[in-house]
Amino acid sequence: MEYFLSEEQKMICELAKRIAEEKIKPVREHYDETEEFPWPIVEELAKVDLCGVYIPEEYGGTGGGVFELCLAVEELCKIDGGIALVLAATALAAFPIMLFGNDEQKKKYLPDIAAGKKLAAFALTEPGAGSDASAIQTTAKKEGDSYILNGTKCFITNGGEAQIYIVVTMTDKVKGSRGASIFIVEKDTRGFSFGKKEKKMGIRGSATRELIFNECKIPKENLLGREGQGFIIALKTFDVSRPGVAAQALGIAAGALEDAIKYSREREQFGQSISSFQAIQHLLADMATEVEAARALIYATARMIDKGPKTRVTKESAMCKLLASDVAMKVTTDAVQVYGGYGYMREYPMEKRMRDAKITQIYEGTNQVMRNEIALALIKEAARAKK
Amino acid sequence: MNFIVCIKQVPGTTEVKIDPKTNTLIREGVESIVNPFDSYAIEEALRLKERMGGKVTVISMGPPQAESALREALSMGCDEAILLTDRAFAGSDTLATSYILARGIKKIGEFGLVICGKQAIDGDTAQVGPGIAEKLGVPAITYVKKIEEINETRIRVERMMEEGYEVIEMGFPALITVVKEINEPRLPSLKGMVRAKKAEIHMWNASDIVCENSRIGQSGSPTIVNKIFTPPPRKGGETILGDPEEQAQKLVEKLRQAKVV
Ligand SMILES: Cc1cc2nc3c(=O)[nH]c(=O)nc-3n(C[C@H](O)[C@H](O)[C@H](O)COP(=O)(O)OP(=O)(O)OC[C@H]3O[C@@H](n4cnc5c(N)ncnc54)[C@H](O)[C@@H]3O)c2cc1C
Ligand SMILES: Cc1cc2nc3c(=O)[nH]c(=O)nc-3n(C[C@H](O)[C@H](O)[C@H](O)COP(=O)(O)OP(=O)(O)OC[C@H]3O[C@@H](n4cnc5c(N)ncnc54)[C@H](O)[C@@H]3O)c2cc1C
Repeated sequence: MEYFLSEEQKMICELAKRIAEEKIKPVREHYDETEEFPWPIVEELAKVDLCGVYIPEEYGGTGGGVFELCLAVEELCKIDGGIALVLAATALAAFPIMLFGNDEQKKKYLPDIAAGKKLAAFALTEPGAGSDASAIQTTAKKEGDSYILNGTKCFITNGGEAQIYIVVTMTDKVKGSRGASIFIVEKDTRGFSFGKKEKKMGIRGSATRELIFNECKIPKENLLGREGQGFIIALKTFDVSRPGVAAQALGIAAGALEDAIKYSREREQFGQSISSFQAIQHLLADMATEVEAARALIYATARMIDKGPKTRVTKESAMCKLLASDVAMKVTTDAVQVYGGYGYMREYPMEKRMRDAKITQIYEGTNQVMRNEIALALIKEAARAKK
Repeated sequence: MNFIVCIKQVPGTTEVKIDPKTNTLIREGVESIVNPFDSYAIEEALRLKERMGGKVTVISMGPPQAESALREALSMGCDEAILLTDRAFAGSDTLATSYILARGIKKIGEFGLVICGKQAIDGDTAQVGPGIAEKLGVPAITYVKKIEEINETRIRVERMMEEGYEVIEMGFPALITVVKEINEPRLPSLKGMVRAKKAEIHMWNASDIVCENSRIGQSGSPTIVNKIFTPPPRKGGETILGDPEEQAQKLVEKLRQAKVV
């Protein structure tokens, strides 16, 4: 389908594709096997300016937005669904700075992120607070010109590797969801350490780790927005970051589809290529239709976010993630089917895609939570229309 | 130091088609790329500039389409690009090409080092680099695989040989041609691509670079191409299996059959 990309957007796709094909493809199995962190790829992305595609030029980026981020992530994920998280998860943490940071905070953190010198991480989840974010226990207590952080975050992408952490805490438990505040915490701050590094089913080239705050003292300048704004910032961040997760899912699915089509034309059984069997053809037709539908929704949403007024886009963003991740799970499962027994073997890139796809239904809000949010938005809209 | 890189646009495939009447390359409908060896030349120039300061100018002789090769060089970080293009250049052989490029380089002005690829993957003669040096009256070292030392006045390089390498030193201005062992070319950057898209490519014709008409194009080209063909791809050899004794026996048998022994 023709999406009328600008020259610069085409360049982003072309570059991301070259990085994926030339730099990531030869090492994707290595990172999947070893669960090492792909620092050499971060360097490659940095060198070609892909780390700052969604960051304004005044902060060292190339001035694109959510759409540019999605294009890069999609292209990278066609080859590997996990490594691209160095970019996507960093964006998840850069967005709150872009949306709510003051001038000094933006100047201090965004240029290094755009240049790929520093990665960032967004830390909300805790052992007792997953879908129910309001249950977080990490606290920040004001003491003079500082805040003291205590608590543990878990499952944090880029944990241990990133330099910049966006940490959601409770500053005033009594106020409930209006008592949360977000802080920027730098690695190597005293009292901030890393715990368990998770061993995962998929996206194994991405680091997922525990963050431990023990009497961690940070300057009050590191408060993002105002005290009590924590959850609003988190929700508005998810509004713009979820299309990125959707793009990850889209890339995984599109890569699987591409390979499945190719394989079906090469593999022969009963004296003919398996692509001549209608059963396979219909599988491919459904896969392609679903991938294109997901892409159209993501591109439209991303463009709306970048161009539109600053209204909430919770519903559309949630729809992107819901659709694309479900499509990714289905398409990768079917792609394994097209490959038959070879699809199940780790020597081929298919079973990995199925493992990688699964996470997109879970993080940045599970798909059950996505449905909750979409439905809530629908009901609110209907109620507002009636008034 | 001012660095000049000569790049040639070549067909992106090894299966070049030849016009049987004119014995020239059919370029229509073939995707064009920067001659791969010239990417190493670009990369080396950029690295030298990063180390020593200065400026990298890329120059190419070719039809107007060769502009895209120059833009790619700009997107990798080269500062300026010049296309030598004129109908009168058509049909130039390596001698005329070298003359034209040398005239272009003269017009650019002062330079320290000219860097060329080892050879073009279509023409394959490896003559143009040394040819330019000859016309410019500067020393040249071909097949450079490593720059050992460089300062404002001299350069010492390792020159690839069939077995081992030579270490050679020369003074500036000078020319080198490089082999792929010298570096790994960078990808273009996004900012570089955006800049390259808007950049002006200087177009110089025969009169801009003050050429003698008798030395360019067909009339300036003593080479006559009688026949051009793609050599048939090499057939895979035969593998003789078995333990060493068996293998030797089978081999001798075959050699006898072939009346070699
Ligand atoms: C690899 C990985 C990386 C991650 N990276 C980050 C990160 O960078 N930063 C971060 O903060 N977090 C991160 N997470 C955490 C992730 O966002 C949470 O795992 C996710 O939000 C779900 O929370 P949970 O695991 O506690 O599941 P739970 O909330 O316990 O959910 C369990 C099940 O119950 C369902 N459920 C829960 N509540 C409802 C409801 N109200 N209605 C219907 N169904 C419901 C869920 O859909 C799910 O099926 C990451 C997780 C993983 C696995
Ligand atoms: C199929 C074929 C047909 C030909 N037909 C004719 C013909 O009919 N009449 C005729 O006179 N000649 C003809 N030629 C010769 C052709 O024009 C020259 O070969 C060419 O100009 C340069 O030689 P090369 O490709 O061998 O480059 P090489 O000498 O192998 O190139 C070495 C290096 O020199 C530099 N360089 C070479 N060419 C250029 C350029 N144009 N611009 C900038 N830098 C350059 C590059 O750095 C390159 O890496 C033909 C060549 C071929 C392959």
